[in-house]
Amino acid sequence: MKLRATLAALLATTVLAAGAAPLKTDVAHSSVSAVFTQMEAPVESKFTRFNAQIDYDAAHPDKATARVDIDTASLDIGSPEYNKEIAKKEWFNSAQFPKASFVSTAIKPAGAGKLNVSGKLTIKGRTQDVSFPLSVKPEGGKQVFEGRLPIKRLAFNIGEGEWKDTGIVADDVVIKFRVAAAQ
Amino acid sequence: MQRYTTTAIVLHWLIAALIVGAFTLGLVMTDIPGFTPTKLRYYSWHKWAGVTVMLLAVLRLLWRLRHRPPALPASMPAWQRGAAHGLHHLLYMFIFAVPVSGYLYTLAAGVPVVYFGLFKLPVFMAKDPALAATLKGVHYWLNMSMAALVGLHVLAALKHAIVDRDGTLRRMLPGRSF
Repeated sequence: MKLRATLAALLATTVLAAGAAPLKTDVAHSSVSAVFTQMEAPVESKFTRFNAQIDYDAAHPDKATARVDIDTASLDIGSPEYNKEIAKKEWFNSAQFPKASFVSTAIKPAGAGKLNVSGKLTIKGRTQDVSFPLSVKPEGGKQVFEGRLPIKRLAFNIGEGEWKDTGIVADDVVIKFRVAAAQ
Repeated sequence: MQRYTTTAIVLHWLIAALIVGAFTLGLVMTDIPGFTPTKLRYYSWHKWAGVTVMLLAVLRLLWRLRHRPPALPASMPAWQRGAAHGLHHLLYMFIFAVPVSGYLYTLAAGVPVVYFGLFKLPVFMAKDPALAATLKGVHYWLNMSMAALVGLHVLAALKHAIVDRDGTLRRMLPGRSF
């Protein structure tokens, strides 16, 4: 697992070094959130600390790469007390797995302002291949990347023990993100 | 002595039971430490009960506006009639104010209500943590005030039944009891 993460990081760094245009992420105008469903009610919570590195050149979108690292202990679900609870072992186990990450393996143009992204999503030490559509549009001198990635929380062991009951918190979780980055 | 209509009696006791249930559940669920599935389940049930009270309260108010309640006993002094009317008006206000404050609180907290897990109720307010903190206090104190008013209401009813024995309570009771 560690080796794979290191390789992925190495790969990302290599590709970044080779790429022409690593963008500067504007964290203040970016956001990463997770939409959980509790007893059928959708609840959106934001990760307050994350990092996104995107290497993107509109002229060569297929050469783009992306890497997002998220501080799992930074998920704000509405109260400091609850936030502490979900950093614990049953949920994110942030002590052992402080970061969740997404590393792209392939980005393919899919029409004007659209990209299809494939990559590896690692949460709580488990890695899955994921792919999702991403939109990109220029906005105030920046490129804004937006997308939604539906995942199954139990595939990442998020919510152990009695939380495995998907009648309380559904298995389906949508990760929503918006990354604003400038050249 | 004339009774309330069956509809009014059913609505009164149904709403009373739901209010006692939701109030108790509110105290229990906020007392559960940490973050547990039971806690989330109770929060949902509490919200569903609150929404049900609000819906039944609408029916009850509509019914009340079209049906005059039976007369109070002729022996009742004017100040007691005034106090009874005042208290009933206040209770009607709280039957709406308490669930409405809870509904606004949950919207401000960013958790919409999906009634019985089936119907997503309107979200007309964005998440606002500062407002949520205020509404939490408002909801709590409205509840405590309502509990005090319900206490008075029950004491007054018992006083009429046990001390005065004037049939006031019987107007709101089903069947031939008392």
